[in-house]
Amino acid sequence: MGDILLQQVRKEFGAVKIIKGVDLDIKDGEFVVFVGPSGCGKTTLLRLIAGLEDVTSGRIVIDGKDATDLGPSQRGLAMVFQSYALYPHMSVRNNIAFPLKMAKAPRDVIEAKVKRAAATLNLTDYLDRRPGQLSGGQRQRVAIGRAIVREPSAFLFDEPLSNLDAALRVQMRVEIGELHHTLKTTMIYVTHDQVEAMTMADKIVVLDLGAISQVGAPMELYNRPANLFVARFIGSPTMNIAKGPSAAKRGADTIGIRPEHTDVSTTAGEWPGTVKLAEHLGSETFVYVDVDGVGPFTVRVEGEAPLHADDRVYLTPREPRLHRFNAAGERIAA
Amino acid sequence: MNVLAWAVGFVIFFPILWTILTSFKTELDAFAFPPKFLSFHWTLENYREVQERSNYLLFAYNSIVLSVGSNIVGLLIAIPAAWSMAFAPIIMPDRKLTRMLYAVMLAAILIAAAILYLIGEARYDWRIYGPIVAVACIPVVYWIMTRRTPDVLMWMLSTKMMPGVGVLVPIFLWFRDLHLLDTRFGVGLMLMLMNLPILIWMLYTYFKEIPAGILEAARMDGASLLNEIVYVLTPMATPGIASTMLLAIILSWNEAFWTLNLTTHDAAPLTAFIASYSAPEGLFWAKLSAASTLAIAPILVLGWLSQKQLVRGLTFGAVK
Repeated sequence: MGDILLQQVRKEFGAVKIIKGVDLDIKDGEFVVFVGPSGCGKTTLLRLIAGLEDVTSGRIVIDGKDATDLGPSQRGLAMVFQSYALYPHMSVRNNIAFPLKMAKAPRDVIEAKVKRAAATLNLTDYLDRRPGQLSGGQRQRVAIGRAIVREPSAFLFDEPLSNLDAALRVQMRVEIGELHHTLKTTMIYVTHDQVEAMTMADKIVVLDLGAISQVGAPMELYNRPANLFVARFIGSPTMNIAKGPSAAKRGADTIGIRPEHTDVSTTAGEWPGTVKLAEHLGSETFVYVDVDGVGPFTVRVEGEAPLHADDRVYLTPREPRLHRFNAAGERIAA
Repeated sequence: MNVLAWAVGFVIFFPILWTILTSFKTELDAFAFPPKFLSFHWTLENYREVQERSNYLLFAYNSIVLSVGSNIVGLLIAIPAAWSMAFAPIIMPDRKLTRMLYAVMLAAILIAAAILYLIGEARYDWRIYGPIVAVACIPVVYWIMTRRTPDVLMWMLSTKMMPGVGVLVPIFLWFRDLHLLDTRFGVGLMLMLMNLPILIWMLYTYFKEIPAGILEAARMDGASLLNEIVYVLTPMATPGIASTMLLAIILSWNEAFWTLNLTTHDAAPLTAFIASYSAPEGLFWAKLSAASTLAIAPILVLGWLSQKQLVRGLTFGAVK
């Protein structure tokens, strides 16, 4: 079991409102990613669920029981920290065994569970080392091992990959995904990296300034962003935004079109502009265009495009892929 | 630079060296002028006489029990105290609330002092130590209500600024009434209370260096508060705790004011042992030196063996 329900959860530090009334329903077995720019409150929200911070008001229900006033040790959740937070004075074996010892599990059960976790995470050869003697990726695995032996009702990940180098990050991302597939336990994952969010999540929660901007499956957020903030936050490179006559023509205050849904031509199109820079990656080309009277646009072209700086080009959006927003920045339904 | 270091070292060490040398002289040589440095008649006579006249082992035993015992008890109080100062969640100070708290505390203290004064009509001494007890409660109440650690640490430090003699009379009377005079428990309690601010202050500095995330991880792993302190915090802070304790042991070993005033024989530590050689039959430098040497020898050896720990302890956090 791992249902987590948040009802009007608020968190204030003095006069500063960090979380401004969050309602969220997380189903058992879901992989939920909290994503948003730094300072949006995603880590605070995770810590509120963990019990490491007290809510100012609102309710947190875990598996049908009100957990609002329970301490972190009583909520049956496990957490993997950004800094790994391993116990430096204990061997890897004892680090992984610690939650079981705290739960007063019998010695042979501890031994068996630690062995199984170590085998799952390729840590068998390192069991007698101290955390200080491990690489970043190995430390991260120990932190995960410590979380899985508890068999928690949900895992909480607080930006677990941000201290790893790029290659290792991709590898650990896959490993965490596989782990979720095997364990089928609820996971809540905090990141500021929308690529991690898109690739791992069943459900993405986009947070902005302490409030939920949109909740949905990755493709839903990509295809139907509820507002300008989500539209610009999800997707890489960022969605192109245009105001003015071309938006008014379509009955909107602002229109958005993703770089991959914009066509470029050297002869004719809706927006004339000048190429500022073209990045040729072989498989794709990113063209940065300064559109006359509108502003900077990015266009993604499949394969190789023979474009260079200072070329005159014309951009045209693919009409069905166009997103329309009103003056408040909210989506206008088609 | 090296020469200078040795020179300074020698100047600092010289009194101890001179004491040790004097302890091997005859009383006549000890007074000789110009002083004899090495060319005197070496003798163990002083040590024999000191041992004959007083029971060194009882004093040494008292010193060990008092300094080690009082600090173990002190640590049991100081570790949780320092933990809560370093890691317990900070309550955001609300100005109005804080001011109200001050007012309430002040009123409570005044009322407590007044009541104690009235009750104390019959028993004279309450008038002296009653208000002291009331005042001592202020930082505790204040901290519980506001969790403003720096203020409380400052308060603790301020207690060390008051000369001990200022509270000698009330404490002496208190000890007399509670039959604590010349008991190891009483003197140990005094030493413990005296060193508690230093213990808490030093431990707090060490604990501050431990990332709070590790303690949070322990909490997430299902550790109770006690388990968190016993299995995670204490082992990680062992070097800090060891050097704190060492320093406190040395401080209590050398503490003379309270040990001299609150003991006569049964609980008297080595400081009293030395003092007993300065009064009765005038000054006998050689015997006094022999007694001093015997008194400082154990702690000197301890300090020598744990030099590395001590230096680390005293300079901890200075570099970062």
